Amino acid sequence: MARIELKDVSHSFEIAEGKEKLEWAVKDMNIVWEDGTANALLGPSGCGKTTMLNIISGLLTPSKGKVYIDGKDVTELSARERHIAQVFQFPVIYDSMNVYNNLSFPLVNMNFPKSKIKEKVMKIAEILGLIDYLEASTSKLNSAEKQKVCLGRGIVRDDTVGILLDEPLTVIDPKMRGELRRQLKIIQRELNITAIYVTHDQREALTFADKVAVAKDGRLVQIGSPHELYSNPVSPFIGYFIGSPGMNILDAKLNGSTLSLNGFKIELSKDITDKIEIKNSECQLGIRPEEIITSKERTTETIPIKVAVIENMGSYKILTLIKKNGSNRDLSIKTRIDINMSVSKGDIVYLKFPEKYLKIFKDNHKIY
Amino acid sequence: MKNRAWYFVIPMIVLMSIGAFLPLMVVVNYSQHYIFAGSAATYVGLENFVEVLHDSQFRGAVRRQFIFTFMILLIEIPLGIIIALALPKKGFWVAPCLVLLGIPLLIPYNVVGIIWRLFTQSDIGVIPKIFEVLGGYYNVTLDSFDAASTILLLDVWHWTPLVVLLVYAGLQAIPDAYYQAAAIDGANSWRTFRFVTLPKLRSVLTLGILLRLMDSFKIYSEPLLLTGGGPGTATTYLSLFVARKAESYELGYASAASLIYFFIVLAMSYIAFQIITRIGKGGKVE
Repeated sequence: MARIELKDVSHSFEIAEGKEKLEWAVKDMNIVWEDGTANALLGPSGCGKTTMLNIISGLLTPSKGKVYIDGKDVTELSARERHIAQVFQFPVIYDSMNVYNNLSFPLVNMNFPKSKIKEKVMKIAEILGLIDYLEASTSKLNSAEKQKVCLGRGIVRDDTVGILLDEPLTVIDPKMRGELRRQLKIIQRELNITAIYVTHDQREALTFADKVAVAKDGRLVQIGSPHELYSNPVSPFIGYFIGSPGMNILDAKLNGSTLSLNGFKIELSKDITDKIEIKNSECQLGIRPEEIITSKERTTETIPIKVAVIENMGSYKILTLIKKNGSNRDLSIKTRIDINMSVSKGDIVYLKFPEKYLKIFKDNHKIY
Repeated sequence: MKNRAWYFVIPMIVLMSIGAFLPLMVVVNYSQHYIFAGSAATYVGLENFVEVLHDSQFRGAVRRQFIFTFMILLIEIPLGIIIALALPKKGFWVAPCLVLLGIPLLIPYNVVGIIWRLFTQSDIGVIPKIFEVLGGYYNVTLDSFDAASTILLLDVWHWTPLVVLLVYAGLQAIPDAYYQAAAIDGANSWRTFRFVTLPKLRSVLTLGILLRLMDSFKIYSEPLLLTGGGPGTATTYLSLFVARKAESYELGYASAASLIYFFIVLAMSYIAFQIITRIGKGGKVE
């Protein structure tokens, strides 16, 4: 297992096509995945995740920059020579072989002696819980077990330096998805593999990884632990992308210590204003739905607003609150409330934004 | 009939029975009679069948037919796979290649026979010419081996493109991820072909083998036009044999022979289908 590093990696598919105008699928990527860690690469569709993955695994050579594994430059090496295993979006199984032969395939390719192969396959099958299926045809397996076989082919080799998981749960039956996700995590821990889990599903990324890198438009936006991303987003994009529903990002105007929000005023304490260099400016206010205090009684410093949509999520409710604002953009806020609080559409509720949870962004960067 | 869909199938069943079932029954009826045109038919039971099975000419036709079909499959399937693998996967040349390959498929059987008769004609044909230049000897009307191998070559020329097109379509349908996985697992190109490509082509190959198997049993117009079944009986395959018998007004005998012929094709197709579908269904490898 090993440390995987991307240094100044950029890739444009237009270079190969000889076009003048370049669009960068991946731009100026600098990232290090430490040895034996569980990592996730998170981003919306089209953010360059798959390109990055192919660059790491060696299926694609980047236009610029270097890939290092354990400090060794592997940019020019093929997928095979890098010893990086990959689990694909859908189970890639050699379906003419049974489970045992699938697992032993990489070792047979390396001309391992038979007894050694058997020993290793048994060990891996034990870890993956596939021991009862070894003689079974792969067509008898469900999709989760098939993905485990794919993972097994990757980790059965001693020389595997890391494993890439490319949205491995996409085609898995929802019922088995959680189970497999937990097992992947356990296996990663147990074997101490450097794992990079690529997904657009924040829940998968946050539960699997110790460190999550969020990408957008081919660039890294933020790297951090799931908690950091949740509680300390560096940009409105992260705030909105992480969390369900995402952070409320509201257009606001800062005037000294007063934040005016579509006709409402929020007084900021000195603690905050001291830390903000800009005094009079347009900015964006960010606050998570679950951090807003929603009540039906009017108290001081609350914002009255009308309930537009109520979504009952079982253990809680999500309210979408809208204040019409003439020709300007409507003010739309989502909040999370207790399941027992009874509200109906058209009611007026009163919101309080606790100051400790407030985030202030300007020009796509966090200023507080 | 609970399922209303059956009503929609009825017209087709009626047509099928007129087109296939009734003639087949007529043949069954004929096969049990001694018939000579103009005279009354005499019921002879299974005598015709016994006679057919003991006829060395019929056995010869069956033997030639099996050799022919076996050779066809042995050549056309691997050749089809090789050509399909060699074709470009994308880009400008895909369309020209596929169209050029498809041309033989567009030519009717009898025209193919005539074209090849021109190719092989001893005075003006191109093939005898080539042999002459090379110092060899080739005569499709005198030499049994030349005749049989020319029919074989003709069939390979005519029908390998079908296998190519089927396999090509099958290859296009294999997701890239399988090849990537094989590359990561360190499989060499033979093992990639053996464990990724070939298993994924199983269904198109089943189709291709069955089509070529059944079709090669039906071969008729090409030998008829090219060699007339000769020299001697060298290219008299089953259908040609049956037709000859029917043309000589031995209707009972010809019917019995064609029924046996029918069951041979049926049995062969069934066996081939069973074999192919069982191969590689998670069976033990190595």
